[in-house]
Amino acid sequence: MRGWGWPVAEPTLAARLDVSGLGARFDAVTAVADLDLTLASGSFTALLGPSGCGKSTTLAMVAGLLAPTTGDVRLDGASLLGVPAERRPVSLVFQKPLLFPHLTVEQNVAYGLRVRRPAGGGSGRASRQEVATQVEEMLERVRLGGLGRRRVGELSGGQEQRVALARALVLRPRLLLLDEPFSQLDADLRAEMRALVRELHDEAELTTLFVTHDQDEAVELADTIVLMLEGRLAGEGSPETFYTAPPSLAAARFFGATNEVRGLVVAGLFRGQGLLEGALTVPTTAPDGAGVLVVRPEAVGLDGEVPALVCATRFAGSDVLVDTELLDGQSVRVRVPLGTRVAVGDRLSLALVPDRCTVFTQEAE
Amino acid sequence: MRETLRDRSRARGLSRIRPPGGLRTSATVVVLATAVLLPLVPLLVWSVAGTWRYPDVVPGRVTRRGLDLVLDGEVVSATATSLLIALTVAALACAIGLSAGRAIGLHRFRGRRLVQFLLLAPVIVPGLAVTLGIQVFFVRYGLADTVLGVVLVQLMPTVPYAATLLGAAYANLDVDYERQARTLGSGPLRTFLTVTVPLLRPALVTTALLTFLISWSEYILTLLIGGGQVTTLPLLLFAAIGSSDRTAAAALGLLVVLPPVVIVVLVAGRLRGRDDAWMGLARG
Repeated sequence: MRGWGWPVAEPTLAARLDVSGLGARFDAVTAVADLDLTLASGSFTALLGPSGCGKSTTLAMVAGLLAPTTGDVRLDGASLLGVPAERRPVSLVFQKPLLFPHLTVEQNVAYGLRVRRPAGGGSGRASRQEVATQVEEMLERVRLGGLGRRRVGELSGGQEQRVALARALVLRPRLLLLDEPFSQLDADLRAEMRALVRELHDEAELTTLFVTHDQDEAVELADTIVLMLEGRLAGEGSPETFYTAPPSLAAARFFGATNEVRGLVVAGLFRGQGLLEGALTVPTTAPDGAGVLVVRPEAVGLDGEVPALVCATRFAGSDVLVDTELLDGQSVRVRVPLGTRVAVGDRLSLALVPDRCTVFTQEAE
Repeated sequence: MRETLRDRSRARGLSRIRPPGGLRTSATVVVLATAVLLPLVPLLVWSVAGTWRYPDVVPGRVTRRGLDLVLDGEVVSATATSLLIALTVAALACAIGLSAGRAIGLHRFRGRRLVQFLLLAPVIVPGLAVTLGIQVFFVRYGLADTVLGVVLVQLMPTVPYAATLLGAAYANLDVDYERQARTLGSGPLRTFLTVTVPLLRPALVTTALLTFLISWSEYILTLLIGGGQVTTLPLLLFAAIGSSDRTAAAALGLLVVLPPVVIVVLVAGRLRGRDDAWMGLARG
């Protein structure tokens, strides 16, 4: 096993997490409902969603800080229900660093090693010397070597969060939970911390569940993104999937900057209605009925058959955003390279390539 | 990013740079010393005065009767009893205050205001009136005339302050610290001892000192429940005052004010020596 000089005999640490039918209710409010989730051993998953969607509640239930109303949480097949938080081989890093102010950096990192009961009720806690060595190694890993004797109040925001990471990782958790750990840092620092977390994850062969409301963060960090909206699973897939073939209309909307065109699905063909009848047809696997075609602005070509009128153009740095109107008045935004000759009032022929469009059944709204 | 200017200056150790001479804290110490120690001077003089008649500026004759009295067996045992009671009361009041304070400070429950009021009630309602009533029960349960009975009755004037002070401290406590400790492998009791108590330390120190002092100077409740069998320092002091023995009263008075003075001096020392908040008296 690669990594931190842990005993070779130890089995692979990273655990597989299975969450099934998980639900949390507070009086009349349902925070999380019927959530199914599987994290493969060694995977890096982002739990993405707007604030208040229940993602932090989910994390609290996995960590054991909140008892679920329904469902089960299993680690490598063994249920964690009824196992108190302090006995779960799971570490959680919160949004705030939450460093204990009465302890030094070293003592903070060593806290878990000092208090945690050894698994299986074995040989007692780690010796003072072992603890000191592990803490120092861990501080090196988060690039805080030599700062161990500092008082917590003498650290900057980024350093504080790194100590929090070290304090969680030194316990060699079989599952690492991160609850928006960088949302209080500024942009540069956040990018640096993302890289560090990804590096630590890969080195230590962790299973990581990362909660965030920032889709860019999720896309950059995670192998798999799980989207949660209003307490429910709203889609799951690789970051690319969320761009090219979003799993649901809500998922497409959450990732933003997308076009929606309404129409009718008949026999595997999405068709424009009214004035668009005959002008717009895209093959699809969606069932018959009212449908919504979703396509990102950068996926729309200018060499197709769908007539559109240019209403506005906007310079957007590396390219140009062109707002167009279809025959029936629905608008479609197109992203074209700089230098493309497009002016307001021009007539374009948009190309909607089937494998870059996704059609969803339109729900009654 | 919530890294404030203060955090940054802390990170660079700027907070260590203080105004030269610490003029403000020196002034504080002088004021504290004048206000607290100066009034004790006449007491000190009286305690060694054999005779001191008008218009003499100093006593006509110096006696060591006061000193002998203080070293007398009865006074020593009363001091021990006072200490035992005050320390026990302070510890119990802190323990009760911690649990009551947690309830009113952390949780929003139906009837919270009522509970808060009931906790404060003993301060508002004269304790004497209540004690006259509950004395009957103390007699019935064999608690009258015992140290335990005195300890219990002294919880009445101390728990309200303990619960209020610690309730306020709990209201400012970020319970996520406790949640964090739990996920790091710390059980509830260990979390309380290694995280919660240190976080509440300033309020706990204040509460312990305050309740100790209330108990230390309590007279009437001790007299009623102790029934003269439990002799504490204030009881001896009041007896001395009652018998117009000024030398004895002054000597015992000095003994009674000793702990408060020591505490004030300690506080003053801490004010000078440290820049973090202590007893809620200073913010660094």
